[in-house]
Amino acid sequence: MPIETLIDEFIAEHKADLDNLPGYSAKEFSSDQDVRWCPGCGDYTILKQVQNAMPDLGYAKKDIVFISGIGCSSRFPYYMDTFGMHSIHGRAPAIATGLKVSRPDLSVWIITGDGDSLSIGANHFVQLLRRNVNVNLLLFNNEIYGLTKGQYSPTTPVGAKFKSTPYGSIDHPFNPLALSLGADGSFVARAMDRDPKHLKEMILRSHQHQGASMLEIYQNCIVFNDGAFELFTDKKSRPTEAIYLEQGQPLIFGKEKDRGIRLDGLQPEIVELGDDFSKDDLWIHDEKDHTKAHLLSRFFEHPPKGQSVTFPRPFGVLYAADRPRYDEDVVNQVEYAKANHGEADLDALLEGPETWVVK
Amino acid sequence: MSIKDQIQEEVTIRFAGDSGDGMQLTGSLFTNTTALLGNDLRTLPEFPAEIRAPAGTVPGVSSFQLKFGSNEVLTPGDECDVLVVMNSAALKANLSLLKKGGIVIANTSGFDKKNLSLAKYPAGVNPLEDGSLTEYELIEVDVTKLVKEAISDMGLSYKDEERTKNMFVLGLLYWMYNRPMESTISFLETKFGNKPEIAEANVRVLKAGYFYGETAEIFSSRITVKQADLKPGTYRNITGNDATVLGLVAAARKSNMPLFFGSYPITPASDILHGLSMHKKFGITTFQAEDEIAAVSSSIGASFGGSIGVTSSSGPGIALKGEAIGLAVMLELPLVVINVQRAGPSTGMPTKTEQADLLQAMYGRNGESPLVIVAPSSPADCFEMAFEAVRISLEHMIPVMYLSDGYIANGSEPWNFPKADELKDIKVRLEGPRKDTESQFLPYIRDERGVRRWAIPGTEGIEHRVGGLEKEDETGNVSYDPDNHQKMTNLRKEKRDRVADFIPLQEVDQGKEGGEIVLVGWGGTYGSLRTVTHQLRKEGMDVSHIHVKYISPFPKNLKELLEGYDQVIVPEINDGQLVRLLRSEYMLKATPINKVKGRPFGVQELKAEVKKAIKTPVS
Repeated sequence: MPIETLIDEFIAEHKADLDNLPGYSAKEFSSDQDVRWCPGCGDYTILKQVQNAMPDLGYAKKDIVFISGIGCSSRFPYYMDTFGMHSIHGRAPAIATGLKVSRPDLSVWIITGDGDSLSIGANHFVQLLRRNVNVNLLLFNNEIYGLTKGQYSPTTPVGAKFKSTPYGSIDHPFNPLALSLGADGSFVARAMDRDPKHLKEMILRSHQHQGASMLEIYQNCIVFNDGAFELFTDKKSRPTEAIYLEQGQPLIFGKEKDRGIRLDGLQPEIVELGDDFSKDDLWIHDEKDHTKAHLLSRFFEHPPKGQSVTFPRPFGVLYAADRPRYDEDVVNQVEYAKANHGEADLDALLEGPETWVVK
Repeated sequence: MSIKDQIQEEVTIRFAGDSGDGMQLTGSLFTNTTALLGNDLRTLPEFPAEIRAPAGTVPGVSSFQLKFGSNEVLTPGDECDVLVVMNSAALKANLSLLKKGGIVIANTSGFDKKNLSLAKYPAGVNPLEDGSLTEYELIEVDVTKLVKEAISDMGLSYKDEERTKNMFVLGLLYWMYNRPMESTISFLETKFGNKPEIAEANVRVLKAGYFYGETAEIFSSRITVKQADLKPGTYRNITGNDATVLGLVAAARKSNMPLFFGSYPITPASDILHGLSMHKKFGITTFQAEDEIAAVSSSIGASFGGSIGVTSSSGPGIALKGEAIGLAVMLELPLVVINVQRAGPSTGMPTKTEQADLLQAMYGRNGESPLVIVAPSSPADCFEMAFEAVRISLEHMIPVMYLSDGYIANGSEPWNFPKADELKDIKVRLEGPRKDTESQFLPYIRDERGVRRWAIPGTEGIEHRVGGLEKEDETGNVSYDPDNHQKMTNLRKEKRDRVADFIPLQEVDQGKEGGEIVLVGWGGTYGSLRTVTHQLRKEGMDVSHIHVKYISPFPKNLKELLEGYDQVIVPEINDGQLVRLLRSEYMLKATPINKVKGRPFGVQELKAEVKKAIKTPVS
């Protein structure tokens, strides 16, 4: 059956509900609590774009839940006028899994940071992705521990000097997108706080994806790690240091859109567009191609300050594919048991297989 | 030789063999048949933590002890009357548990040179031949040879033949104790339904064992144990872990709420995960999490969403869950935490019992973190207390720690199970939808018991935020106000303390209110304490027994009750935990009796300790 027919049928079936969906403004998703991040923190933009995206979800406020762990970003749920839980360090993916599995009707969002999800909660992070629980995870990456006042994090580049690394960090950092793909994440994307329009688009894409959506957001910590992503986020350097991925489009970047990436077998290569190479020679982005997504995730250089990267850092959806969702399968098993394993007779259960009577 | 028919009031049998010999199954089948005959009984399975420790060695020995009788049976017996040993290691490991003059039934093929050497008997020494068993009645049976004779015509492999050995022994004991084989035959036919030749082999070997008893004239008497004088009703046999599963399912039904069970496998709690996974048709969702923390966290997430969040583990896992349990205390959400205790600290002895996690349950979290603690006292009691754990958690919006232990979890007893409609309803107070958007919704407004309503997502107009940060009363907003923290700390404690108004008053299990001596116990020691009290009373001593099942808070009358005795003695399978709580809570003088050997109290051992404690000045 063509997808259009399915959509039409769905609309016809749920017409009453769809007509009665409250029309929200972004402002209505703002809670009455004062936002207490440092002035200039990248979290503000992300909060704003999440609030901007909310009216487009097609969910009533009562059916939206934000779960966070611990860290600066994890204060986020307090600022959203939806259901929310500010939980404990690293455990938001596990809490969200229990919630979504038992309440698949809800739109569940995880707010987490690089320390929360890639250090103390890294186990839950990868398990969520491999299970493909249908939730949206927004990973605020600022490459620093902010709330504990400036220690290096599991995404901090080697050599970085912070409070706990006065001689420079010797800890090899995680590549969050490669990690996510390695965990068989079904939706892996990247955005940045300094490009709000693209950020909102990525938030909505995360929501639309059925399965665990992992959106890494480069977020500037103005106090402890200012400028960590400047190379990619600054409007001057962004055109040459970053590349925006679009489904079905060739990989082009550069100030004059004059550079592209082509594949020689599985070897990416930067080419100048002009006499030798045209758009037709370039790598066409395909979100469903796992191998190419891996290659893109490896565009992950940490050049010394003032130097450029060879391969631009990709932003957008690296990978999005449909595969079975854990929460749905759990519900299906329960429904199957209800339908096929006879009546749920509590007396029969208590009685068990063998009894005897004492007179 | 003529065989005498004898009637006995009670019998203790111990089956012992290699881990691969199927001793647990043999014991369970004998138990089921015995239960169906209407004997009272208690069982004690004991097995190594290793799945298959080296075959034939002492560490690889697995055993199953069963006491059954026509009187009340509350412990699996201190010493056994009959010891069945499938190999020499099993004899070595268990002989000290056989009473003098008892019967050893030995499988002689397990006493060959190789087995004797594996069991580390000195070269040339065979305990069956060296006269070391003269104090016992030794019955030698070449099980391997007899099994072969019974089924050699079936063309089974040597391995498959060997695997039926336990059925021969079972058949022999069925004859010896006058038990019918029907229940076991029907079990075997179901279990091997798709392997009819294996089913047939097992049944043939079972019968061969039975008829060997009848014809070989190896026993001087055949014993009958009459039906026990139990309270009239319909009974089934049940283990503690199974009863816990049923208690949870029943509580979900009676509260009309879905149940979410998040767990991580750990000995001796895993059977609860296995059991609940089979009851999906009751609307139970089970989730095998990636670790203990995810197990409890997922349960908290489900509880936030309106399910009964339940997690289970044993001591080491509970330690890992500690921070998340504190979160549930702070959020004021329902959560049931099942701890099937085992010997600790650290990994300790996973398959051995202990009651040493009471203070962990009470104090094992950061900050002032009060929760409710309940403890089942016997395998069947696990049903009632699991039900109670869910009831209290839902009705009081508070985490409940349920302290079972390896002994009652794996042990079994007859259970006069209730009818579903006899169980009381659990009243859940859900927050309703609100259209009125003028006034602010207050998620932490409380009723007269100090309890908030369950405000679940999907309910219109009550969108709100909860969290682990200290919150302002009523609004739930983050608050660092000094007076507010004091107030909230008090409110959380008072809410826990007021649960005392909604639990039964403490009863005296045996004896009377007030008097000379009272034995106070909790959890799985019930059977031993009851039996010892009974015996001491028969000896004319003024001893009573109080068994505490609600530990935090204590029943309201407990203090007054305990103050009515001259001496309070507190036996525990730990280094003195309930006794510390009683002393600190009530400024009560009490004498502890403690043991940590991974095994329950033996009746004679405990009786001696109690007599000693009576003479010891009260501290």
